[in-house]
Amino acid sequence: MSDTILNIENITKSFPRVIANKKVTFDIKKNAVHAILGENGAGKSTLVKILYGLLEPDEGNIKLNNKDFKVNSPAEARKQGIGMVFQHFSLFDSLSVKENLILGIDEKMSYSDLEDKLENISSRYNLPLDLDAPITALSAGEKQRVEIVRILLQDPQILIMDEPTSVLTPQEVESLFVTLNALVKEGRTILYITHKLEEVISICDTVTIMRSGEIIDTSSTSNQTAKTLATKMLGQKLDDLKTNYGHIKDEVNFEVKNISCDFNDPFLTDLKNISFQVRVGEIYGIAGVAGNGQSELMDILTGENINIKSGSITFDSKKIEKYGPQKRRDLSISFVPENRLGHSAVPELSLSENILLSQFPKNNFIKNGIILKNNVDDFANNVINEFKVITPGNDAKASSLSGGNLQKYVIGREISSKPNILIISHPTWGIDAGAEHSIRESLIELSQNGTSIIVISQDLDELIEITHKISVIYDGKLSKPFKTSEVEIEKLGLLMGGKNE
Amino acid sequence: MNSLFPSIVSRSQSSGLMNFFVPIISIVLTLITGSIIFILLGFDPVYALYTFFISPISSTYGISELFVKATPLALIAIGLSYCFKNNIYNIGAEGQLTMGAIFGGGIGILFHDTNAFWLLPLMIFAGAIGGALWGLIPAILKTKFNTNEILTSLMLVYVALFILDYLVVGPWKDPFGYSFPKSRPFSESGRMPLLFDGLRVHFGLIITLFLIFVSWFIFSKTIFGFQLKVSGYSPKAARYAGFNQTTLVFFAFAICGAFAGIAGLAEVSGPIGLLYRDISPNYGFTAIIVAFLGRLHPIGIIFASLVIALTYLGAEDAQLFLQIPSAVGFIFQGLVLFYLLGAELLINYKLTYKKLL
Repeated sequence: MSDTILNIENITKSFPRVIANKKVTFDIKKNAVHAILGENGAGKSTLVKILYGLLEPDEGNIKLNNKDFKVNSPAEARKQGIGMVFQHFSLFDSLSVKENLILGIDEKMSYSDLEDKLENISSRYNLPLDLDAPITALSAGEKQRVEIVRILLQDPQILIMDEPTSVLTPQEVESLFVTLNALVKEGRTILYITHKLEEVISICDTVTIMRSGEIIDTSSTSNQTAKTLATKMLGQKLDDLKTNYGHIKDEVNFEVKNISCDFNDPFLTDLKNISFQVRVGEIYGIAGVAGNGQSELMDILTGENINIKSGSITFDSKKIEKYGPQKRRDLSISFVPENRLGHSAVPELSLSENILLSQFPKNNFIKNGIILKNNVDDFANNVINEFKVITPGNDAKASSLSGGNLQKYVIGREISSKPNILIISHPTWGIDAGAEHSIRESLIELSQNGTSIIVISQDLDELIEITHKISVIYDGKLSKPFKTSEVEIEKLGLLMGGKNE
Repeated sequence: MNSLFPSIVSRSQSSGLMNFFVPIISIVLTLITGSIIFILLGFDPVYALYTFFISPISSTYGISELFVKATPLALIAIGLSYCFKNNIYNIGAEGQLTMGAIFGGGIGILFHDTNAFWLLPLMIFAGAIGGALWGLIPAILKTKFNTNEILTSLMLVYVALFILDYLVVGPWKDPFGYSFPKSRPFSESGRMPLLFDGLRVHFGLIITLFLIFVSWFIFSKTIFGFQLKVSGYSPKAARYAGFNQTTLVFFAFAICGAFAGIAGLAEVSGPIGLLYRDISPNYGFTAIIVAFLGRLHPIGIIFASLVIALTYLGAEDAQLFLQIPSAVGFIFQGLVLFYLLGAELLINYKLTYKKLL
């Protein structure tokens, strides 16, 4: 076992309502790039946070070089030889590259030593840096380089990279791979967290696939294809569900055409030529791994962002892409964004008050600028009863409700006005199974009564259960739609991983 | 055994009880600290605190003075609540007050020999316009150029003060004033009517109470008040709801400016009767403390304005009877704010004593 650097044995970590890691066991070989592949919520991040000392496991052992490894903080982890580069950088924007590097050093080091070391690292690993440039002036790729150099200054044996390519341009990805290869050649080990199938095959030696907190498989990448990886990553989805297409009318009532939008921000995904059509009574699903443009698209669909570069949104033969949220609501289009607290609901306000965030022409909530409290309270009580929201009453603060209850309340608020279109993002994100079931049922029922629904979700099971058509968003581009009852899961998996065969 | 020091634990929900008690806690702590300061200065703390807080209001005249001071504080503070509820930190109420005094006082100077029923209402209106216009400058800068309103509104205070300074030593100087830096006195109908004979408490108090009532109605019953609140709690939710945040910023600044402007006009047309350099002992800044001490609530602000007004009176009495500088009043105001901000922690966090093993 001399070529194994890290043994992970039976690691279990649970959070309220979810087990993030279930008896996770695998070995990482020295001198290799080891991928951890999985959907969002598969437990990848939890696992690396345990390795880096940010979380403590409930059970299990980790051995580094055959010695027990237990750390309580990132500083300890770094001392033991594990470094990590996060997806979101932790650099001081107003300081220079050099100053940021100095701040990251745990031990004492003379200034000339530091410069020598930096020079050495820069040239050896293809990491050119302009030491005097302020961080604000750097591209995402250059910032990542600073992060990598900062970690390498501490000479780690294992380098954890969390979704390193998510903010990079293709050229920067190439150059990152050169760096990673140089690091491995030197005898270091890279733990590479990703959901991109292509990357796993092109630069990783071994891959561990996680799903729902469990290890599905650990194997060499040489005998894997994108297809086999996708199947393992997504698992066998339920396929005996009968999706009912009978009630859908052959009449398009919501059309998005060639929407493009540039953000000029490495943490946002530019949208490229997105088009889709939704028919009356149809549920249209948009699948994809987080960070591929879903929230950007959602903002455009709700009217919170009306600064699009090109394209149009048509509803009921009106061009609505320049309408704000309230104007869209006036046309009976309703929305439920992903975040409940602070977006679709205000935690500090009561349930009744939260009703007022979303007003439709039919609701009689306001007269001459004055709130008709009785009408609002009646509406709130109605939502609470109809959608079985568990709460002491309509005057309870939104923050006092559990996630599932609040989501039922928010969705209930939107559905109660019987909208023509419902646009909903991650309807059952982070909520318990009971609430999940009742939300899905109410969406299906709503569509059968003639409402068209657009669901953006990372949860493929959910989309397959409730939608009639499904397409995949990857890197700001939307695939063509598939009929949910006929589509192969593997096909969706490949699209989600960026492979379009 | 419990550990010696409490640890701070996040509450799952902010405490309504603490929301009520925080101002009281901070006032008590202020009194304790004040006593210590008096002891260090060599005074009997009981006597000093009595001189500071009780003796100023032990006469009818004293109580009238308390209301004279509390009137501008409460009016500006309720105006500031429109901004603070919306998470806009308008620090420039002093400048808006000054501009209101200039606009309204300007009308008073223009019609210094006119006695007509319309003069005072016109001056009040002009005062409101002056304050609102001054308040709209940071609003425009914030919405168009994304500048920080804390800086711009604060800097505009000094601009307004210099404009006033220029006017009273320059064009608006009283031709019969022996070159003193002050304007002509306003005519009798340009003065705030007194409420009681022989006492300085004036009609501004009635205006203030009326505007506080109107504000209470707006905050609790109208969709505009709701929009301010939502946009303060969560700008994202306000965007989702489709509230126009630019408009809200403009309204908040304009209303706050107008209220401060009326307060400024009420000062110059009330107790003062003309324009000169020092029309306000920092009412515009002190009202920030009043607004927070009153927890941005109309009733709270009424009480807070009385408490803070008392520090002004107390400082005067302390100077008279204890021979200490009246700046001690500012120390008390500072202490209240200090403890208020500190005690605010208790709303969202609680202190617990962990058991030691």
